[in-house]
Amino acid sequence: MIINSRFFNRSELIGFVALALVLLVILPLSLDVFRLNLVAKYLTYAFVAIGLVLCWGYGGILSLGQGVFFGLGGYCMAMFLKLEASSVENTKIQSTPGIPDFMDWNQITALPLFWQPFHSLTFTVLAIILVPGLFALIIGTAMFKRRVGGTYFAIITQAVAAILTILIVGQQGYTGGINGMTDLRTLKGWDIRPDHAKIVLYFFEVFLLFGCIFIAQFIRLTKLGRILVAMREQEDRVRFSGYSVANFKIFAFCMAAIFAAIGGAMFALNVGFMSPSFVGIVPSIEMVIYTAVGGRMSIFGAVWGALLVNFAKTGLSESFPQLWLFGLGALFIAVVLAFPNGLSGIWADYVQPRIDRLLASRKSKSGAWADNSVADGAPAE
Amino acid sequence: MLIGHQPKPFLLAVEALTVSFDGFKAVNNLSFYVEENEIRVIIGPNGAGKTTVLDLICGKTKATSGSIQFRGKELTKLKENQIVQTGVGRKFQTPSVFEDLTVFENLEISYPRGRTVFGSLAFQRDDAVKQRVEEVAEMIFLKDRLDTYADQLSHGQKQWLEIGMLLIQDPELLMLDEPVAGMSVSERAKTAELLNRIIKDRSVLVIEHDMKFVEDIAHKVTVLHQGQILSEGTMEKVKNDPKVIEVYLGH
Amino acid sequence: MFGDYSIGDLGSIFVMQGFAGLILFSVYVLMALGLAIIFGQMGVINMAHGEFMILGAYVTWMTSNAFQHYLPSLFSGYFFLAMLLAFLVSGALGMLVEWVLIRHLYKRPLDTLLATWGLSLILQQTYRSVFGAREVGVELPQWMLGSLKVTDSIEVPINGVFVMGLTVLITVVVSYVLYKSRWGRQVRAVVQNRIMAGAVGINTEKVDRYTFGLGCGIAGVAGSAFTMIGSTGPTSGQLYIVDTFLVVVFGGAASLLGTIASAFSISQTQSTLEFFTSGSMAKVLTLLAVVGILMLRPQGLFALKVRK
Repeated sequence: MIINSRFFNRSELIGFVALALVLLVILPLSLDVFRLNLVAKYLTYAFVAIGLVLCWGYGGILSLGQGVFFGLGGYCMAMFLKLEASSVENTKIQSTPGIPDFMDWNQITALPLFWQPFHSLTFTVLAIILVPGLFALIIGTAMFKRRVGGTYFAIITQAVAAILTILIVGQQGYTGGINGMTDLRTLKGWDIRPDHAKIVLYFFEVFLLFGCIFIAQFIRLTKLGRILVAMREQEDRVRFSGYSVANFKIFAFCMAAIFAAIGGAMFALNVGFMSPSFVGIVPSIEMVIYTAVGGRMSIFGAVWGALLVNFAKTGLSESFPQLWLFGLGALFIAVVLAFPNGLSGIWADYVQPRIDRLLASRKSKSGAWADNSVADGAPAE
Repeated sequence: MLIGHQPKPFLLAVEALTVSFDGFKAVNNLSFYVEENEIRVIIGPNGAGKTTVLDLICGKTKATSGSIQFRGKELTKLKENQIVQTGVGRKFQTPSVFEDLTVFENLEISYPRGRTVFGSLAFQRDDAVKQRVEEVAEMIFLKDRLDTYADQLSHGQKQWLEIGMLLIQDPELLMLDEPVAGMSVSERAKTAELLNRIIKDRSVLVIEHDMKFVEDIAHKVTVLHQGQILSEGTMEKVKNDPKVIEVYLGH
Repeated sequence: MFGDYSIGDLGSIFVMQGFAGLILFSVYVLMALGLAIIFGQMGVINMAHGEFMILGAYVTWMTSNAFQHYLPSLFSGYFFLAMLLAFLVSGALGMLVEWVLIRHLYKRPLDTLLATWGLSLILQQTYRSVFGAREVGVELPQWMLGSLKVTDSIEVPINGVFVMGLTVLITVVVSYVLYKSRWGRQVRAVVQNRIMAGAVGINTEKVDRYTFGLGCGIAGVAGSAFTMIGSTGPTSGQLYIVDTFLVVVFGGAASLLGTIASAFSISQTQSTLEFFTSGSMAKVLTLLAVVGILMLRPQGLFALKVRK
């Protein structure tokens, strides 16, 4: 057999089952709603991290502007929720009722044109995918068709993140400015704030996350996935094998943007607000570290990376706020210098061989033990 | 005499080709023609512009002026991948294979199907692909190494793999840049045998320094010097050209 | 929008706005010079460059405090010593960083970018722990206060003029070092062909370390100059880093002249736009223009066509 035709190989299957167990059973049973909602917030970054696995890990395209797409998705969702929260009855004390409060504070008297379609949920859902997707398509086409890549691309995406942040902060009448869009309440009349809603939203998010994992895994297994790897190493060889390298890069970048946007939209729903502090240079580069910690080539690793780094961040900044930046800084350096393949690399290099050896020695010692190991969830090859 | 004599249509017609890098003309007003099934070897001292000529034909470098016609199509206006799709294959001087992929996957990527983004998403590894990959792998002496990652291969094996990747594209014009450089003696012999087998039914443009190898395979030799043609013709003719002896062979 | 101003007023406004642009230009050039050396010559992306600059600013601040306490009579001249110290301290830290971190990553530019970002976070937090989160400002010596009256309606601040003079001086020194000195030739030799440079007896590791150190040292000087026109906080460096990278990239990474021309055009565009719209929109429009032009001409304004 030349290739494993199964969707997940053995270790990926273990990874999948483990993640499903943790996210669907262990965490919901062991955490209170507040903490579970925190996990939901962390998981929104996992969407971004999965996108970065495709784009950076596989395609070798480092985007330092994923916050842009996270933000665009988040703002699209938040605009819909904000409009619903700004009904005429809710805002009758304003000088112009029926428009979001921050517009009223900024002496805007009518809903701007680009806000109008966000009354429709269908439009909003489409916009969450299409706005960031098209934006990535434009940036990607402009850059990759002209063979801009590597560090130049990273810097330019970073500049785009800076531009969008300044724009959002500066245009507060249209965007809510530095405070962002707060006080989001209901989705089609369904209150997103109480505990039971948070739980429903959590499970919905995990469901979407697994959807994205499946899509990413599918892409990885097709020839396109192999072309991405090939491109990362020998761009010219791919080009001289008859492929338009730019188109493949654009595709990977757009997928990463769409995943990030879904994460952003779920952020607005789960956390109940959206602000420019999730858009700019600093959050964008932090999103890269989630992927780097999890392992830039590992889809499941990316999810773990997003969870663990954020747990550490919350834990450390609650108790030792000064330590967090030292820790994060050290994490960047350590992951690059010592563990370029992150947690999944450590797992593959140190843990997996031990498990394999253990299983192998058990198997060779006694047949009964071998049967047990199969029952343990590690099917024999 | 001219009446009734139809000139054979050339497969590749390079005319008045010039490229200048910041004022330096690496290739200067160069014209040459390659016929169907012709094996043409380009020789010349270092810096003569040999690799640049291949770069220009395959689109890696854009020409400053002049034209390159392949089967009547103007290549200077096409992108690299489009040039490949018209039937021009290029092997680089240093082996460029995908080291993080297996030999099978390397060959499969070069298989000419599903070359668009969505085509590659829908690409299925069917029997036709497997058969062709195995067939090519056999020719390049790597049949029992299909599952090996390319970074495990020796230098010579990587060169063969890259030749195989070109072969599976089935190009009408094959361009090879020093295919036997850096190989051991036995690898060299095997490569000569491989090349002799694959150059049938197609035109080949080779850059090579190994004179014995050149004599073995060349139909016609073009000697480049300072971006221009110094001499052109059969090996015998070129070898006895006093200008060639002075700048190249004499050394 | 010009209705309220006479022609003369408008002229003065443009001159003063242009002067404000020139100060921004000086800051960009000073920061970009260091980056142009590190990024342009070595191909290393140093995201902590802003923090090296801020280190220079803090060194200057400490020097000024020390003079105030111990040598008040010599206070008017403290700045020259401070600048030297800033250069040495930032440069030394730069060489240390090169030795510990950068030299392992020369073949992985994207990873260098992430690692130096990590370094910048650590430095920022260090500054916050040592100097406090609040911004600090140095006290300027008497001779630097006030402004020069050029005409009746045009005044330019002396500290601004001083910083500009300093910028010109540093630029000249750096170009001399890079293009005329033996050491500069070695740097360029290493950049063009590392193996060959090593083969002809250049100690490439040493050249790398000193080049990185020089780039960081110049950043320190930039920070020193920066204290003359603004106050310094732990995160001040981060504010400038993306702008500076754009300046360097826009100018064509390997060309010093390009860096200066691009710093000039970006700073002038921004300060002129600031007069017509709000500060944030001016910035957005400038950055958009730069990114847009870079998409059309990715090699930057001044780049040579070479065979790759």
